[in-house]
Amino acid sequence: MNILYDERVDGALHRVDKQQLVHLLREQLPDLTLLHRPEELRPYECDGLSAYRSTPLLVVLPERLEQVEHLLRLCHELRVPVVARGAGTGLSGGALPLEQGVLLVMARFKHILDIDPLARTARVQPGVRNLAISQAAACHGLYYAPDPSSQIACSIGGNVAENAGGVHCLKYGLTVHNVLKVDILTIEGERLVLGADSLDAPGLDLLALFTGSEGLLGIITEVTVKLLPRPQVARVLLASFDSVEKAGRAVADIVAAGIIPGGLEMMDNLAIRAAEAFIHAGYPVDAQAILLCELDGVEADVHDDCLRVHAVMRAAGATEVRQASDETERLKFWAGRKNAFPAVGRLSPDYYCMDGTIPRRALPAVLKGIGELSAHYQLQVANVFHAGDGNMHPLILFDANRPGELQRAEALGGKILELCVAVGGSITGEHGVGREKINQMCAQFNHDELTLFHAVKAAFDPLGLLNPGKNIPTLQRCAEFGAMHIHHGQLPFPDLERF
Amino acid sequence: MVARDVDASGDLLDRVNAAIAARQPLLISGGGTKAFLGRPVEGQRLDTRMHRGVVSYDPTELVITARAGTPLLELQAMVAEHGQMLPFEPPAHGEGATLGGMVASGLSGPRRPWAGAVRDYVLGTRLITGEGKHVRLGGEVMKNVAGYDVSRLLAGSFGSLGVLTEVSLKVLPRPRACLSLKMAASAEQALRTLAEWGQQPLPISAACHLQGWLYLRLEGGEGSVTAAHQRIGGEPLDNAWWEALNEQRLAFFNDPRPLWRLSLPNNTAPLTLVGEQLLDWGGAQRWVKTAQQHHSIRQVCAAAGGHATCYTPGVTDLPFEPLAPALLRYHRQLKARFDPHGIFNPGRLYPEY
Repeated sequence: MNILYDERVDGALHRVDKQQLVHLLREQLPDLTLLHRPEELRPYECDGLSAYRSTPLLVVLPERLEQVEHLLRLCHELRVPVVARGAGTGLSGGALPLEQGVLLVMARFKHILDIDPLARTARVQPGVRNLAISQAAACHGLYYAPDPSSQIACSIGGNVAENAGGVHCLKYGLTVHNVLKVDILTIEGERLVLGADSLDAPGLDLLALFTGSEGLLGIITEVTVKLLPRPQVARVLLASFDSVEKAGRAVADIVAAGIIPGGLEMMDNLAIRAAEAFIHAGYPVDAQAILLCELDGVEADVHDDCLRVHAVMRAAGATEVRQASDETERLKFWAGRKNAFPAVGRLSPDYYCMDGTIPRRALPAVLKGIGELSAHYQLQVANVFHAGDGNMHPLILFDANRPGELQRAEALGGKILELCVAVGGSITGEHGVGREKINQMCAQFNHDELTLFHAVKAAFDPLGLLNPGKNIPTLQRCAEFGAMHIHHGQLPFPDLERF
Repeated sequence: MVARDVDASGDLLDRVNAAIAARQPLLISGGGTKAFLGRPVEGQRLDTRMHRGVVSYDPTELVITARAGTPLLELQAMVAEHGQMLPFEPPAHGEGATLGGMVASGLSGPRRPWAGAVRDYVLGTRLITGEGKHVRLGGEVMKNVAGYDVSRLLAGSFGSLGVLTEVSLKVLPRPRACLSLKMAASAEQALRTLAEWGQQPLPISAACHLQGWLYLRLEGGEGSVTAAHQRIGGEPLDNAWWEALNEQRLAFFNDPRPLWRLSLPNNTAPLTLVGEQLLDWGGAQRWVKTAQQHHSIRQVCAAAGGHATCYTPGVTDLPFEPLAPALLRYHRQLKARFDPHGIFNPGRLYPEY
């Protein structure tokens, strides 16, 4: 069973005559930028998950809404699949093209249409970069809170499609908590407005449903986001622990003390050593785990909270707690964490980033499980963890040039995600299902649940033309996947405690 | 006396399956405390209250999971024991309010603009569908983007997509300090001031204007609350005032004229409507006591980029703002997929839905 679109289990696609389609598009949309030669298509064959590649039938780069509208109507009429793409930074293959489909690149819609400091909103086109919104709002003392680590490059349209997160989710929420309104085009080229300029809209909350729908329900043409006042101060504490369990306990104790940090990150020993070797952030390389705890807000509160967190971490068994003495040191502490992925990349020719979430209490058991799986598959795993909200990013180290290692890394990754599901967690906290985790969806959801998801899809796109093969697996795929994985009616990890 | 902690989901599922077989519409109901809202439903009552009890609550995970028939007041008391809260301050509108009704109605209280709405705290649900399936959607973790976010869609769906049986919610610690204030201000002054303060990191957690007074609540650490108080001034106010507002027990709500709720962009200037107005949510939610025709109320509201809901039963056949035709079509298509036999609260939201 191939991870690339497999018509046998993912559903037959309509045969499209490429020459005819190119001819029609040129005729009907003469000013539309259209790429169709193999050398032009090559740069678009993958998104941020570069292990999976597929050459699109053709690529279109519209600049006006009417072009998108017309294109969708034509594709709908000719039954041509459409895969939307923003900046192409996604890590789950959500914008992986289809050989039989058009890749609709929305990156040229990059205008910030309006910043309203009194209403504290920004109205932007979908190709605007995440960070560009905060930069444009900075003169009003405002910013857009969700900050995925790709924020310098990723686009807001992609953020909405994937319900992107970041390191500040526990306190400030995901994309879904920070978007007011989204204008979309359906596959039939019909304009819809989901949400409103007010805090709620009449009828069903389609905006909530649409956020994170991975390009399967419609094409985003405009986004209105909420802006927040920038916190007055931010301080960061760095605590070292001689065991992961103690670091986990410290996280629970901080929350139990009634404190919600702006950011709360954990790294294990391998990740610490990798980051330190790369960034020289001053991390303790002999620690089994470190916690980075950022407290932000008004000066007086942050001061009090720092003292409280310091005491809690000590009581939980921290061997050392350091507070960044100034902004330079704060940024240095963070630089280690923010560069953890490339740092791990220096240890190994390739790495594969996972994105499972778990109830935090399951952390010791899951890390132990990952350790055992790592030994079994003979691949090292470094663990970086949004500890506050239970979102893990195990990084699997491998070398794609060694025969079989990529396959082993994929298999190990799949097992880690199934482990997350087994303890009551999820296969993806912020990166999305895309193509990458399509098989693991079969572990998280049963037949009836997947059927309901397909029903949601059918309400918007009954022909299944928008981003086919992503997000929700077909029942056929799950039947084959299940046959491969469940032996003798036994669940994976039979001896694990279920929460 | 109702038995405690009972898993009656099997009974609920049987009832739904029988209703599907008989094509019998169901009126899904908990304590009936929000029955005044929306259109009347003709159907056999399906009482969710026997399916009750907290399934799991670990304060350090900030997540509580409970059955839909669990009384809201019990749930709130339980999290309060651990110094936590439902940050969206759901109005109960009566002692019988249940968790299921809270999610289905999707109503949030004074803290909503700063903390988020019910849907922002819904992490997962279990739902009985119109195909007679009992499914689990979302989960019990803070971050989860696997599959469509149907759980959040259910918040405010008024039971039109299925029977909610279980809900997982994110909870948060109660702020250490809370101070309520009032100060004299016209509605225009209040909106201007709030817009200005909104751009600064002030610990405001509620803002209301009524009859020449701006009411404010500050919440956070002791330091930030004290500093903000020194800066903005004002007379002290009993913190219980906000509950009276949320439960509509202020004298303002006793006016015999119909009650309308307007949802507007927060910085909308005061609207010209006949009758009394109360500004809540820093201006984003406005209550109006008026005998004005619903068409003209909706016109004024729509022109300002908002929408209107009538909270008094029997005033209009369309208590919820009518949808644009394209949007209504997708509502109907979703309804047809979730509830193909049209048995769940038919007509509660809209006549054709």
